[in-house]
Amino acid sequence: MSELYNVSSSPHVRSKDTTGRIMFYVLIALLPTSIFGVYNFGYKALVLILVTIASCVVSEWAYNKIVHKKNTLGDLSAVVTGLLLALNLPATLPWWQAVIGGMFAIVVVKCLFGGLGQNFMNPALGARCFLLIAFAANMTNFTIDAYSGATPLAALRNGESVDTMDMLIGRTAGTIGETCTIAILFGAIFLILMGVIDLRIPGSYIVTFVIFMALFGGHGLDSNYIVAQLCGGGLMLGAFFMATDYVTSPITPNGQILFGVCLGILTGLFRTFGANAEGVSFAIILSNLLVPMIEKITIPKSFGQVKEGKKHE
Amino acid sequence: MGLLTFKGGVHPAEGKELSKDKPTRVLQPKGELVFPLSQHIGAPAKPIVAVGDTVLRGQIIAEAGGFVSSPIASSVSGTIKAIEPRRVPTGDMVNSIVIESDGAFREIEYQEADADALSNDEIIARVQNAGVVGMGGAGFPTHVKLSPKEPGNIEYVIVNGAECEPYLTSDYRIMLDEPEKIVEGLRIMLKLFDNAKGIIAIENNKPECIAKLRELTADESRIDVAELLTKYPQGGERQLIYAVTKRSINSGMLPADAGCIVDNVETVVSVYNAVKLGKPVMNRVFTVTGDAVADPCNFEFYMGTSFKELLDAAGGFKEQPEKIISGGPMMGFALFDLDVPTTKTTSALLCMTRDEVAAADSVATACINCGRCVEACPEQIVPSRLSKFAQHGDKESFEKWHGMECVECGSCSFICPAKRQLAQYIKTMKKQILADRRKK
Repeated sequence: MSELYNVSSSPHVRSKDTTGRIMFYVLIALLPTSIFGVYNFGYKALVLILVTIASCVVSEWAYNKIVHKKNTLGDLSAVVTGLLLALNLPATLPWWQAVIGGMFAIVVVKCLFGGLGQNFMNPALGARCFLLIAFAANMTNFTIDAYSGATPLAALRNGESVDTMDMLIGRTAGTIGETCTIAILFGAIFLILMGVIDLRIPGSYIVTFVIFMALFGGHGLDSNYIVAQLCGGGLMLGAFFMATDYVTSPITPNGQILFGVCLGILTGLFRTFGANAEGVSFAIILSNLLVPMIEKITIPKSFGQVKEGKKHE
Repeated sequence: MGLLTFKGGVHPAEGKELSKDKPTRVLQPKGELVFPLSQHIGAPAKPIVAVGDTVLRGQIIAEAGGFVSSPIASSVSGTIKAIEPRRVPTGDMVNSIVIESDGAFREIEYQEADADALSNDEIIARVQNAGVVGMGGAGFPTHVKLSPKEPGNIEYVIVNGAECEPYLTSDYRIMLDEPEKIVEGLRIMLKLFDNAKGIIAIENNKPECIAKLRELTADESRIDVAELLTKYPQGGERQLIYAVTKRSINSGMLPADAGCIVDNVETVVSVYNAVKLGKPVMNRVFTVTGDAVADPCNFEFYMGTSFKELLDAAGGFKEQPEKIISGGPMMGFALFDLDVPTTKTTSALLCMTRDEVAAADSVATACINCGRCVEACPEQIVPSRLSKFAQHGDKESFEKWHGMECVECGSCSFICPAKRQLAQYIKTMKKQILADRRKK
C-alpha cells in the first residue's frame, strides 16, 4: 500500500565513535612526544617524521589500488603507523631507509596479511626490527650534535652512571620519540582519559618488568637503576603506544594482563642477558606472536557462568 | 548507598524528552482490529469464535493452546470478519482473528474479586484467564512465572520500571499516572510468595516516579523502591536481578533459580486488573515518538489497533522517516510497512528521519580488536570474536566462547567504532544452534 521503509536487525542506533576518530586521538596523544622530538633533534627529525608518514600513506594507497581494494586511508591507521615508526628511528637515519621502513610496515606486515585488523605483528615495530637488521649501523647511530653517541641504557650497561632527570625530560640520545618520558606520559594520560587505552597492558608490563629487574638486574631495588631502565630504551613509548595496539594485543581482559607479563619478562630477559641494551621492540613483536595462544587460555567467564562441564547435551 | 547497577552496558541518547511529559490519551479505534494468535511465548492461542460471530469487549476470542500459552480477549465489540494469516510487527505472518468494530464498545460483565479472599491458585487462575503476559516485550505468560516449583524459595518480586530502552515513555507514564495500581498489583503478587520482598526498580533518570512510588510505599513493610543507575540494558532481566540482588543467572537458569520473579510495571498493572477487577488484557500504554513524528505522545490503545492509526492520531509524519521501529531503538523491530497490528507486547512506534544503521554501514571498517564490545557486553562475552565465528559458521568455537549467553541487547553493535553488525551475526548464529539442538 505505502512506500517501504528501511529494515535492519536491531539495534537501530550507533555510537559516534569511529575507527578514524580513535586513530586521531592516538595522533593527538603522540603530539607532545613528536614536538619534543623535533625540538630536541632538530629539523632532521621533522623531515624523517613527514617522510615516514608519507611513505606509509602512499604505500597503503598504492597497495589498495593495485589489488583493487577499497581505499582505507580514511581510518588514519597508516598515519599512526608512519608516526610511530618515525618515533622509533634515530633522527640521523637516511630518509630513503625510512621510506623502505614505511613500505615494509604497510605492505609486508599489514596489507599482505589482509590489512587493518588482520596483521599479527605491530607494523611499526615489525618495520623497525627489519631496519635494525637491514641497516644496523644507521639504526644504532645516535650521534647528534647535542649528545654523545651512547644511549642511557648502553651507558648503564657499560657501568657508567646516568642522570635520570635528563631521561625524564628527554635530554639524552635515542630515537626521535623515546627519550622524553614526560611527553610520553602526557600522551598516555590523554589516551586513558579518552578511553582509548586502559592500564591492563602497560600496568602489568611495567610491574612485571620492575620485579624482573629487581630480581635479576643485578642492582636490586636501586631506584636510580630501575628508573633509568623504565625511562630508557623506548619502554614507555612501547608500553603505552605499541603494546596497547588493539590489533596485535589480546582482546580478553585477563589475556591483556598476561600479555603485559610476557612483555615484562621478555624485555627484562633481553636487557639483562641479551646482546642488546634495549629489547622493547623485540619483546613486543615476540609477544604479538603469542596473542592467539594467550586468548585461547583466557576466554572470559560469561556472566552467571557456573562450573565448566556442567552443560547438558 | 550507591546506585544499583551491573557491569558493562552503554549510554545511548535517551530521547525520552520528546514524549515523557505528554499525558496518556485513550485512543478508541475505528474499523478493523487484528488479534494475532501468537503474541506471547509458547503455543499459539486457539480461536473459539467463528467468522460471523458477534463479540463483546472483554470476551475471550481465543483460548490458551497449552500451559505455556495465553488466551486473547477482544478489545472491542463487533463482528468476526476473518481468521487468516496477517503480518505482525516482527515481520512474520501469523494466524490472526480480524474483528470489525461496531464502534459501541459494549463490554462483558467483569467478575470483580477481593484479592485478600482469594486462594493462591485462584489468583494465578485469574491471571491466566485474563491473558496476562510479560508486557516489557518478551511476552512470557505471567501465570507461568507466578507458578515456580518452590514458591517458598522466592525472596524477591522485582517490578521492572527501569525502562532502559531509549525513547520509550510508556512505563514512565504508568508509574506517574497509575502508581497505586502498581503497588496493588505487587501486593497481590507478594501474597503468593510468603518469603518474598517486593522491589520496584527504577532508573534514576525518572526521579518523579521514584519519589511518587516511595511516597506510596512508605508504610509497606514488604515493598521497597530501588534506584538504578541509568544505563542500558539495566532493565534486562539478568542485569536487573544482578543490580538488585547481586545474584547472577545464566542462560540455563530461570530468575526463580536466584529466588526472583521479575515483571514489568505494565504487567503488574495487568495483574491488578485481572485479579481485582476481573478484566482481561485489552489495552496498553504506547509511545509514538521519534523526530519524524509531528506530535510525539503517549496513548492507551485498544489491542489490535493498527500502527497506522496510532501514528495518524499523533499527527502523522512531519518529515519523511527513513526508518520506523516497533519498540525502542536498541531491541525494537524495524517495520517496512505501518499496516501491522499492535499486540500485548508492542510498547512503542519510533519513527526516525535518519537510518543510523545504513549511515554506519557506509563507513564500516575492519574490526581492529579494540575491545569496546567486550567492555560493553553485559554478559561479559567477546562479541567481536563471536561474530567472526558466526561469519565462519564455526559453531564449536561459538559455543566455547559462550556465544549462547548473548541476551541480544545490541550494546556491542551500538558501541563498535568499526560499525560492524556484531549483534546481528551473533543472533543469527544463536538461532541456528538452537534449531540444531531441537533437531536432535
